Amino acid sequence: MTAPLGFAGAFGDAIEFILTPQENRFTGGRKVGGLDQVWELTLNHIELSFAALAIALAFALPIGAILGHYGVGERVAISIGNSWRAIPELALVALVAAFIGFGFVNMTIALLILGVPPILTNTFVGVRQVDRDAVDAARGMGMSDLGIITRVELPLAVPTIMSGVRTGSINIIATAAIGPLVGQLTLGDFILNRNVYGEEGVLAGAILVASLAMLVELGLAGLQWLLTPRGVKIARERAAA
Amino acid sequence: MSSTLADLAPLAQTEIRDRSGDADCVAENGTFCFGWAADNFDRYVEPTLEHLVLVGVSVIAGFLIAFGLALLSHRRRWLIPPFITATGILYTVPSIAFFILLLPFTGRGTVTGIIALTAYALQIIYRNMVTGLNNVPVEAKDAGRGMGMTDSQLFWRVELPLSVPEIVAGLRIATVSTVAIASLAFLAGAGGLGTEIFNQIDFKTNVLIAGGLCVVMAIALDFALLLLQRLAAPWRTGRVST
Amino acid sequence: MRWDSRLRAVLALLAALVLALGVAACGDDDDDGGDGGGGDAANLIESNPDNSGVQLTVGSKNFTEQLILGEIYAQALEAAGYNVNTDLNLGSEQVALQALEAGEISGYPEYTSTALTSFFGLAPEDVPNDPAQATEESQAEFDKRGLVTFAPAPFDSANAVGLLKETADQLGVSTVSDLEGKSQDLALFGSPECRQRVDCLVGLEDGYGLKFKSFTPVDIEQRYPVLDSGQADLSILFTTDPQLSSQADKYVILEDDQGVFPAGNPVFVATQAAVDQAGPDLQETVEKVQEGLTLEVMQELNARVDLDREEPAAVATQYLQEEGYIE
Repeated sequence: MTAPLGFAGAFGDAIEFILTPQENRFTGGRKVGGLDQVWELTLNHIELSFAALAIALAFALPIGAILGHYGVGERVAISIGNSWRAIPELALVALVAAFIGFGFVNMTIALLILGVPPILTNTFVGVRQVDRDAVDAARGMGMSDLGIITRVELPLAVPTIMSGVRTGSINIIATAAIGPLVGQLTLGDFILNRNVYGEEGVLAGAILVASLAMLVELGLAGLQWLLTPRGVKIARERAAA
Repeated sequence: MSSTLADLAPLAQTEIRDRSGDADCVAENGTFCFGWAADNFDRYVEPTLEHLVLVGVSVIAGFLIAFGLALLSHRRRWLIPPFITATGILYTVPSIAFFILLLPFTGRGTVTGIIALTAYALQIIYRNMVTGLNNVPVEAKDAGRGMGMTDSQLFWRVELPLSVPEIVAGLRIATVSTVAIASLAFLAGAGGLGTEIFNQIDFKTNVLIAGGLCVVMAIALDFALLLLQRLAAPWRTGRVST
Repeated sequence: MRWDSRLRAVLALLAALVLALGVAACGDDDDDGGDGGGGDAANLIESNPDNSGVQLTVGSKNFTEQLILGEIYAQALEAAGYNVNTDLNLGSEQVALQALEAGEISGYPEYTSTALTSFFGLAPEDVPNDPAQATEESQAEFDKRGLVTFAPAPFDSANAVGLLKETADQLGVSTVSDLEGKSQDLALFGSPECRQRVDCLVGLEDGYGLKFKSFTPVDIEQRYPVLDSGQADLSILFTTDPQLSSQADKYVILEDDQGVFPAGNPVFVATQAAVDQAGPDLQETVEKVQEGLTLEVMQELNARVDLDREEPAAVATQYLQEEGYIE
């Protein structure tokens, strides 16, 4: 079934699926696909991901920063940092659905479990690894702990923290694609329901999810560039040369 | 289980079980049904083995490719940013999408799953290799040159051994991640424990067993690699890289 | 790091895992089907050596009943001496038909009602109630496509709108038409394909003119859990579901008074090529082995998979043994 250039045709069909409503043999009448439906599911996907990411940041950044500043809970942070990768997202979502139920909030909980650890650990490690001299200098100038965290440690730790934020965001976006299994209609609906959308729909879903992830990654990379203090950028360039 | 033989057609003899009083674990979809787990454990054997194969082949392939890339880019440092970016892009694509996107090219099957998993493992291992090689103390390299080592000897006898902790750290992270990601490989027709999860996704005991096996596999492989490192390079423990 | 105790713990876990896998892999597969195989010797399928060169692929759609049926036919044909592959869990009927017409499978069980409404464009109300007539009409249509249909199995199956008995009592509804005026406050859950199907959501909206508060597509396997958890007021069920008889005081289905959900018997549909190649044993075996599939028996088999959580292949073997078709 795989002709050498068959894949070009497959991708062509998928793009068409995204752009115009299709009436294919699978649907028995009602049209699927097209920009409207794609946009609706994309919006759902973004909504879900954004909610989870916002909560994850609100939770993980302050806690990671404070713990890192005081050097408390290093072992726990490192363990979390190593072990969250072992969680299979399919099982996690299924268990949340089975034990807590379907719904937006429950799905968000599942996404949080996968989004918080990288942000938390990276914030902790980033703050922890800030040059002690800089921190001492700030203390010597009379800065409060809070001031040190916000004006010295966090800015200097931006590269490490943003790396964690990017990982967490991609995790969340990727897992949000499993949402349809628990009643949350995200872009994953195209991928998981071949019956309804056909092969071209499945491929279209994959293209859309990948594109969304890329866009977010680019956006966050840009944000990281903006947030990184100039001094840190210069130091990094010197180190890499 | 009691049975009420229903009088249907003259030849029908299928036992009709009486379930009206069933309040047992399975019927209620309780948190974990040990009885059912014990009786049905053998259905998880083959998927576990498939899963192991997927992970093993992918991590090894990822390691070999990463090693090749590292060899290439070690002396030609300008190659590093493009390599990192290229592997990084592969890593950004969510695994679900990756498995599907490969289908038009390589069809459904184990190979497609392995290709996707290798790409993910590759990024982690390569990044750690580069970091490890970069972090070799200058003194060690100077000492090596002082002893008259060539570039190649320096690499194989000084830089590489001293990078082992970092490389193994990368291998461990890659392995653990691959075990988890492989639970979605069934989307590409590659089998694995994900098929079991998906087949009875509402049955708590099933999801707990299949998901649990994934986690245990990850822990076990991680630990095995840690042991390997302590045996092979006992001189320094690896840091955590995220 | 407490090296020793962690080492011990992980080694113990590893040892336990290896032991468990080893025992499981080497252990016996006991398919205890109760009083197995005490059937009439006349039922036993004879293996015909002529069939050994023939390769057949049995397909099925993507829900429990279909998986069991597919396994039953596949194992029976295997017993008759054929080389049988299975390609079960293909998807909805459209996917299965496509696989059949492309020759990827030799045959699969389809419901006459589904065939007539989904493939051949018949309106659900026009599907004949008489199984013989429905089979005849499907056969005629399949024939035009070069596909062969065999005799129907004894039981029939239909979609149904189901809900908890207490909800039904509260709302005071017993037929689907009773939902008029009430449905806009009710959350309906169904399979993803339901959104497009004329004997599902489309039929409810167009045929009955009902609007629901929401329709949430979930996996077919969730059709009862969503009622239990209270998330769904209404759920699309199948008339052959075991829960409807074993828990008849908990779940009820609404009567389909306008005939939007036609019932159909399963008929095995095969390609002409497969029939020619396989000889008369194909049809004979299929029709023989499905004789025991009354509604009660099919519900029982469904129960073993959905309620007792056994595997369709094992349950199919139990059925064949208990009815005496295989040893």
